Amino acid sequence: MNFKSGRASTSRHGSGTGDAIRISGLRVERGARVVRDDFDLTVRRGTLTGLLGPSGSGKSTLMRAIVGVQEIASGQVDVLGLPAGSPPLRHRVGYLTQSPSVYGDLTVRENLRYFAAVLGTTRASVDRTIEQVDLASHADDLVNNLSGGQESRASLAVALLGEPELLVLDEPTVGLDPVLRRDLWTLFNRLADEGVTLLVSSHVMDEAERCPRLLLLREGNLLADDTPAGLLESTGAADAEHAFLHLIDEGARR
Amino acid sequence: MNARITLATAGRVLTQLRHDPRTLALLLLVPSVLMTLLWWVYDGGPVFDQIGPALLALFPFVVMFLVTSVATLRERTSGTLERLLTLPIGKLDFLLGYALAFGLMAVFQALIAATLAVAVLGMDVAGPTWLLVTVAVLDALLGVALGLFVSAFAATEFQVVQFMPALVLPQFLLCGLLVPRDEMPDVLAAVSNVLPLSYAVDAMREVQTAVEPAVWGYAAIIAGFAVGLLTLGAATLRRRTP
Repeated sequence: MNFKSGRASTSRHGSGTGDAIRISGLRVERGARVVRDDFDLTVRRGTLTGLLGPSGSGKSTLMRAIVGVQEIASGQVDVLGLPAGSPPLRHRVGYLTQSPSVYGDLTVRENLRYFAAVLGTTRASVDRTIEQVDLASHADDLVNNLSGGQESRASLAVALLGEPELLVLDEPTVGLDPVLRRDLWTLFNRLADEGVTLLVSSHVMDEAERCPRLLLLREGNLLADDTPAGLLESTGAADAEHAFLHLIDEGARR
Repeated sequence: MNARITLATAGRVLTQLRHDPRTLALLLLVPSVLMTLLWWVYDGGPVFDQIGPALLALFPFVVMFLVTSVATLRERTSGTLERLLTLPIGKLDFLLGYALAFGLMAVFQALIAATLAVAVLGMDVAGPTWLLVTVAVLDALLGVALGLFVSAFAATEFQVVQFMPALVLPQFLLCGLLVPRDEMPDVLAAVSNVLPLSYAVDAMREVQTAVEPAVWGYAAIIAGFAVGLLTLGAATLRRRTP
């Protein structure tokens, strides 16, 4: 990283240039099984990318590799110009695991205050993230007493703490009602406009149209990398779900 | 290592306990109830004086081992540990946070049990009571360290609870409470020499019999075991997992 301009701390809003994620030749093995082989991907800063695919397609494994918690067999994963999982990235990458990872025996606010203390961010950011995920009315409820959707939003709030430059969100909208889903996608788009890079996974195909760029994964392979419109055009399908099925059929014939 | 994060972690663990008053009550009061039961069983006689201090060493060790191993296993299975390890927290911050929180609980637990044993139940101890409490707190920290370590080898709460009879009961049998250690078969005496609880019981016996007890050697051994187990525990916290 180059600090010449002395504006490193404002890079979240300043640098729309460069790559947030650069993966080359990634190979991941689980036991004897190769779950991903020779995988390449580049994601530019300040973009919102959707990662779609059925469950078991390797979305979570890819996200774990980007966050740096996945043991990889070979290949290179660079995040914000540093190898994935480097200590400086722990302040700069927000990660939402697929199952909510917050403490059930703490309130939403207590959870956020703890993670904010770990990150060294302010209490004001705790209140802001609670607002962002629309949990203000449940901020002092124990997480164990929340509904599944509320719990996953509490977990999302933790990922948003500390203004990360890269957000890796594994199925943030699963189990939410349509209104909340729309609000969250609005939030994701707004964050991208502010310069945050987002990689958001989903297995719900109709969420595809909300992402400027779509990656379709199946069994660890990248089936498509396109805009929603480009995807529909190239497959001749009416919606993302049919486009996806089309690509799978085509892959099976090949 | 970062003092702010360690303290935040300890505070978080204590807040979790505060939301669970039943666990808190069990943690603080069960040793006292057991001491009272023991006093009653032996009718407050000399046997109570003999084994009471040793049990003051045993209770915090067992209780803190159980609580810590289950709590850390939960962190591992719920994903909170994986999330924490993607954040700027050191492994030692995490481990010491737990040790601090449960160590503080152990101070209260030991204070209550020791005060009850000496002041109310009339346990006859030659050395000062505060040393009883100090050794009991060290034992609690030993239990915390062992619990943090073994939680890495259990996938479920069923498994982790089974480590109690597997790792704690043998130490209880060999610690010199049932048969003095120098009267055991040679092999067992040698085994008891490498088990931390043996030194905890030795330390308590010293406080019980000597007016000016020399416990610091024992205390150093117990603390050494605790530090060693915490270090092993740190090695089981992996930022990258398969």
